[in-house]
Amino acid sequence: MLSPYIPIAIFVVVATGFALFTLVFSGLLHPEKYNKVKLEPYECGIEPLTDARDRYSIRYYLVAMLFVIFDVETVFMFPWAVIFDKLLLFGLIEMLVFIFILVVGYYYAWQKGALEWV
Amino acid sequence: MSPLLLAQVALTLFVFVMLLSSAAVMVYVERKVAALLQQRLGPYLVGPKGLLQPIADVVKLMFKEELRPRAADALLFTLAPIISATAAFAAFAVVPFGAETTFFGLLDERVRLQVADVNVAVLVIFAIASMSVYGIVLAGWSANSKYSLLGGLRSSAQMISYELSYGLALATVLLVGNSLSLTDLVNRQAGTWLGFIPRWFIFVQPLGFFIYMTAGIAETNRAPFDFPEAEQELVAGYHTEYSSMSFAMFFLAEYINMVTVSAVATDLFLGGWHGPLLPESLGWIWFLIKVAALLFFYVWMRWTLPRYRYDQLMAFGWKVLLPLAVINLLVTAAGVLYFGL
Amino acid sequence: MDTPVVHHGAMFDTNELVINMGPQHPSTHGVLRVVLRLDGEKVVDADVVIGYLHRGIEKLSENRNWTQIILLTDRMDYVAAATNNVGYCETVEKLMSLEVPRRARYVRTILCELQRIASHCLWIGTHAMDIGAMTVFLYAFRERELILDLFEEFCGARLTYNSMRIGGLPLDLPPGWDRKVLEFCSVMDSKVDEYEELLTHNRIWLERTKGIGVISGKDAVALGLSGPPLRGSGVPKDVRKDEPYAAYDEMQFDVPIGTAGDTYDRYLVRLEEFRQSLRIIRQATEGIPEGPIVGKVPRLIKPAAGETYHAIESPKGELGYFIVSDGKSTNPYRFRVRPPSFCNLQGLRPLIRGHLIADVVALIGSLDVVLGEVDR
Repeated sequence: MLSPYIPIAIFVVVATGFALFTLVFSGLLHPEKYNKVKLEPYECGIEPLTDARDRYSIRYYLVAMLFVIFDVETVFMFPWAVIFDKLLLFGLIEMLVFIFILVVGYYYAWQKGALEWV
Repeated sequence: MSPLLLAQVALTLFVFVMLLSSAAVMVYVERKVAALLQQRLGPYLVGPKGLLQPIADVVKLMFKEELRPRAADALLFTLAPIISATAAFAAFAVVPFGAETTFFGLLDERVRLQVADVNVAVLVIFAIASMSVYGIVLAGWSANSKYSLLGGLRSSAQMISYELSYGLALATVLLVGNSLSLTDLVNRQAGTWLGFIPRWFIFVQPLGFFIYMTAGIAETNRAPFDFPEAEQELVAGYHTEYSSMSFAMFFLAEYINMVTVSAVATDLFLGGWHGPLLPESLGWIWFLIKVAALLFFYVWMRWTLPRYRYDQLMAFGWKVLLPLAVINLLVTAAGVLYFGL
Repeated sequence: MDTPVVHHGAMFDTNELVINMGPQHPSTHGVLRVVLRLDGEKVVDADVVIGYLHRGIEKLSENRNWTQIILLTDRMDYVAAATNNVGYCETVEKLMSLEVPRRARYVRTILCELQRIASHCLWIGTHAMDIGAMTVFLYAFRERELILDLFEEFCGARLTYNSMRIGGLPLDLPPGWDRKVLEFCSVMDSKVDEYEELLTHNRIWLERTKGIGVISGKDAVALGLSGPPLRGSGVPKDVRKDEPYAAYDEMQFDVPIGTAGDTYDRYLVRLEEFRQSLRIIRQATEGIPEGPIVGKVPRLIKPAAGETYHAIESPKGELGYFIVSDGKSTNPYRFRVRPPSFCNLQGLRPLIRGHLIADVVALIGSLDVVLGEVDR
């Protein structure tokens, strides 16, 4: 019996191959008449004053950090949920404790204004 | 090559082609439904009733000049659409869309109608959904254009915010279904309660379904959560600088993601291929109907509702949907414990 | 170029992102350019740059004879060209002390109000589209089309009408036109309700517009706003009531005002103006008198030396013309327009400061500027 992951790998290869093929194929078809102005990044018809790769607002990082914390917790819940019918009350109490700790962190982040945007 | 393997390969290619054409069909349907809602005709010139419009679109895009800003990071800029498209395709690999079948007796053994029967399918979907963020972030970052950058940042923040609720909604279903395999989960939904209510998880988990669909719409960047590409604010968001087929890849990815989210919703909440009237071997027809209904809902939403503002979206995700999902999870756990579902 | 630094504490200083919104942007209503300085999604400050559509209409007018100017005024607020025509013709009539027949004044009123509805249709469509509700746009344009059909029947054009003459009208109404106008009114009634159904109580719409871009009545007056942006802040100022022109002194209508002065109130004010305009059109169409359409106008229009200012209420606000005649030549010595969009645009910068990028487009939409009029 094949490992069930091999079809996924085949599928990924097919999809990547398809994407590459179309990009290359269309590359053979389309015209290439470049000039300086055409290759400017789009900024509503004005020459960009500054580089786009600047340091930007900290809030985006905050979201990313919060995500890392909470997303890992979410993944912990998957196996717990699957075998919950065996854990029963023990599992529920355990999860309540787990979520309580999460909520403390969540409340802290909220109070610190990490969830505010304006 | 054994017939079983042959069937598996045929199935893989079939799913791939079907996904591709589903994107094409969705492009057409989107435009026709929009036209219907807006009291106009929509595409009608290319082919009968404009049916060949998607093909015309692709041909047009093929012949378009491909532009890459001079200051862009060439490697990442080229890679981003490929990642987006690949991730979109890959997520569907673990989605079953019909009951086990022998293809009308052609095979000795029964095969499952899905590309890969993985016993942790839900986890795989969750993981690949996270992958698709990369395509968008890299696209936004590599172009070195401010509109792309803002779109990329927005979408990364939005997608990861809603992924939490998405994951929690999935976990709730696992709690009820006790399995990580989508096929098992679907089979738990066979039969009826009291003889007429189908045993679909949507009836056990209405809130879970709501959370899943809301997060799913946000994950796929569709209206009213279409911030990364909000054309009225950010022109085209992360794909501002893309043209020709690399733009088409993002377009393709968006529609395939929609199909995947709808298909997973069908499997998890709407009983998959189980339905009255049809025999189980024709269950895929039910599956198609349910997915089509959800997709129509997507399109309907897009052309009816205004767009949220970005901070409202984030506030909704973090302050409403996330607590709601956690509470839903705990209440469901308590319910499972008490009633022993 | 170095960009100013936003302080979030020693480690987390970030630079502001300077981004050009416009002139080539889907929702700056033409060629408005707003240079935004962003901290994340928040607008720290903005510069509003205009002039991309400058055609020198004022200077051009000083080298055209008095009748030729009418068609130049079409090109200012091109979504409400008839209003511009009326404003200009009335100013010259005031300068020359010409008497306009009552029938012509009634027709002008009808045209002005039809134009107001057409302009507001465009506004509600684009404003809703800026906020993401795409469908309203097509609904509103469906009705605008009906009005354009009426104009086409009246003067043969659909965008730049050139529909007025000094002293009256170029042509009498086509037969049956008044009946068609009344038919349109009854269609439009239900359509306004339709827009309201889609937006007024929509939760997302409320969240996007309520409390956004609040401006007090005092500030609005100080900034020189006029029209719906001023009335949305609760200042009951309307040229049609205060200094009636055309046949407005004979019409019954209310001037809707808002209370909060936010985007939502400006939206409600314009919606109510749809209804009031329909009310005026009905009255004017039913009471349209018989008689000549042009007053006693000299063959050669050559006003005596002098100057005058006359304003009318265009769909965007107070549209004023200041004209100086030297009494010798057949063209104005000085021609100056006070365009409502230009003055209302002054409000944009204070309004968008501190809001988010998404609000910028909502606010541009709620001020309802037409760049042809701003730049002239």
